[in-house]
Amino acid sequence: MNYAYYPGCSGLGSSEEYERSTRAVCDALGVTLAPVPDWSCCGSTPAHAVNTELSAALCARNLSIAGRMDCEGGLLTPCPSCLSNLKLATHRMEDAAFRQRVDELLDAPSGVFPRTRSVLQMLLEDFGMESIARRMNRPLLGVRLVPYYGCLMSRPAEVMQFGHPENPTAMETLLRACGTEDVADFPAKIECCGASHGIPSQRMTSRLSGGILSLAADYGADAIVVACPLCQMNLDLRQKQAARAVGLERRIPVLYVTQLMGLAFGLDMPRLGLEKLCVSARPLLDKMQKARAEAAQKTRETAGKAEVRP
Amino acid sequence: MESIPLHNACDPAFARQVEQESGQSLAACYQCGNCTAGCPAGFVYDMQANQIIRGVQLGLKERVLSSQSLWYCLSCSTCSQRCPNNIAVAEVMESLRHMARREGHISAAPINAFWLSFLATVRRFGRSYELGVMALYKLRSGRLFGDLDIAYPALSRGKLGFLPHVVEGHGEVGRIFERYKARCDKEGVKP
Repeated sequence: MNYAYYPGCSGLGSSEEYERSTRAVCDALGVTLAPVPDWSCCGSTPAHAVNTELSAALCARNLSIAGRMDCEGGLLTPCPSCLSNLKLATHRMEDAAFRQRVDELLDAPSGVFPRTRSVLQMLLEDFGMESIARRMNRPLLGVRLVPYYGCLMSRPAEVMQFGHPENPTAMETLLRACGTEDVADFPAKIECCGASHGIPSQRMTSRLSGGILSLAADYGADAIVVACPLCQMNLDLRQKQAARAVGLERRIPVLYVTQLMGLAFGLDMPRLGLEKLCVSARPLLDKMQKARAEAAQKTRETAGKAEVRP
Repeated sequence: MESIPLHNACDPAFARQVEQESGQSLAACYQCGNCTAGCPAGFVYDMQANQIIRGVQLGLKERVLSSQSLWYCLSCSTCSQRCPNNIAVAEVMESLRHMARREGHISAAPINAFWLSFLATVRRFGRSYELGVMALYKLRSGRLFGDLDIAYPALSRGKLGFLPHVVEGHGEVGRIFERYKARCDKEGVKP
C-alpha cells in the first residue's frame, strides 16, 4: 500500500534517528512512503498556543497537498505533535465558519484532506502482530523494556482515536511481536514529560522528565521505548538535567520503538541511528546479545539431547 | 485569606465569551477537582485548573487572564480526559491563553519568547530551524547561558543542523503569517 508521508521538522535535526529508523522499518515491511512534496511546518505547539486559525492554516497547506497525492493508505507522520496538529485542524475545519476563516489565511482555499494516522497506528492496524512477528528474526531477549507514550498520541481521545486514552498499548503489542518477553506495565506511560517547556522553563521539564526516569528505574528498565521526538529529547538529551532534579544516578537509554523493531528485524545498524542517542544503548545491546547466545546454546543442547536419545 | 468583592469584580459577559470560544459549557463544573488532581503542571501554577474554571464562572476576567497558569499549561489534555462532566478543560485553557494574548496579558515572558522565536523561523523558512530558534530565544529572553550543557551533546551528534531547511513554498507560508497579522490589526487585537 502507498502512503503519503509527513516527516516533520524534528526528523531533519533532533530526531534524525527516528526518521531514519522509521524509513528502514517501513522499507523492510515493503511499505512505500511518499513524502508530501515541499511540506512545511505544522506550527507545532507554538502555533496552536498563539492562535487556532493560524495553526490550522499551517496544517491545511500540507493537508491539501497530501490530499492531492492520491495515496490509498492516507497520510502518515511519525511525530505525535504533527499528528495532533494535523488531526485537530482536520477536525476543526469540519465547521464551515472556521474553515472559511482559515481559508482566508491561505493562498488558495483548502482542498480535500486525507485520513491522517501515526506510523505506529499504521504498523498496528495495517500489519498487526502476526505479520510483524513473521518479519522478526532477532528476538529482543533478556531485557526489560518500559514503553512510554507521553500525552499527545492518545489525547484528546475523540480526535486522536488511538487506543485507550489513558492506557494505550500499541508499543507493547509491537514489542511483543518483536520477541520481547519482558515489557513493563508502566504506570507513568501517559504522564507528560514537560514537552516544549524544556527551553523556557527547564526546571519544570526536568522535574517532570525526572519523575518518569526515576519510576522507570524503579521498574528495572533496561531501556525506555518512545515514539515521540520531544519525549525522546527530554528523556535522553536532557537526561542529566532531569536526573539531577530527582537525584537519580542510573542512566537509562531511551530508544524509538522503530529502532528496536529494526534491531529485531536484523537491519543494518547505520540505518537505525543508535549512535545518535546521548545515553548509550551499548549495555542494552550487549545484554540482548548475551541472552540470544544463551537461548541458542540452550536450543543446541536440547537438540543434542534429542539426538542421543535412542 | 484574600477576599474578592464579587459585586464589582464580576464580568458576566466574560464567562459567556469563554464558553463561546472554547465551545464548553462551564456551568457543568461542580468543582470536583479532578482536573487539578491530574495536572502535571500544577506545581508551577499560580491558579489551579479548577480555580481557573471557577474564576471564569464568577466572571473574574482580569484575575484569570493575568494568571501565569495559562502559559505554563502543557496542553496534555489530562484534565479534559478526566472531567466527569465532559468539559474539555484544556480547550478552555487554550481559549483563555488566546484571549490573554489578544488583550496584551503576557504573564510568562520566556515562554512567549520561545513560541514567537519558533514561529519566526517557520515564517521565514517554511520549516522550524532549531538552532535559529535557540539563538532568537536567547536574544528575546536575555537568557544567554541557558542550556549550554546540552549544546555539546546535541551538536556533536548532529542533532542541531547548522543551516535551515528552506521550503520552496516558504513565501506561501510567510503569507499565512502576514494575513494573520493583518487580520489581527483589522480586528484591533494583538497578534
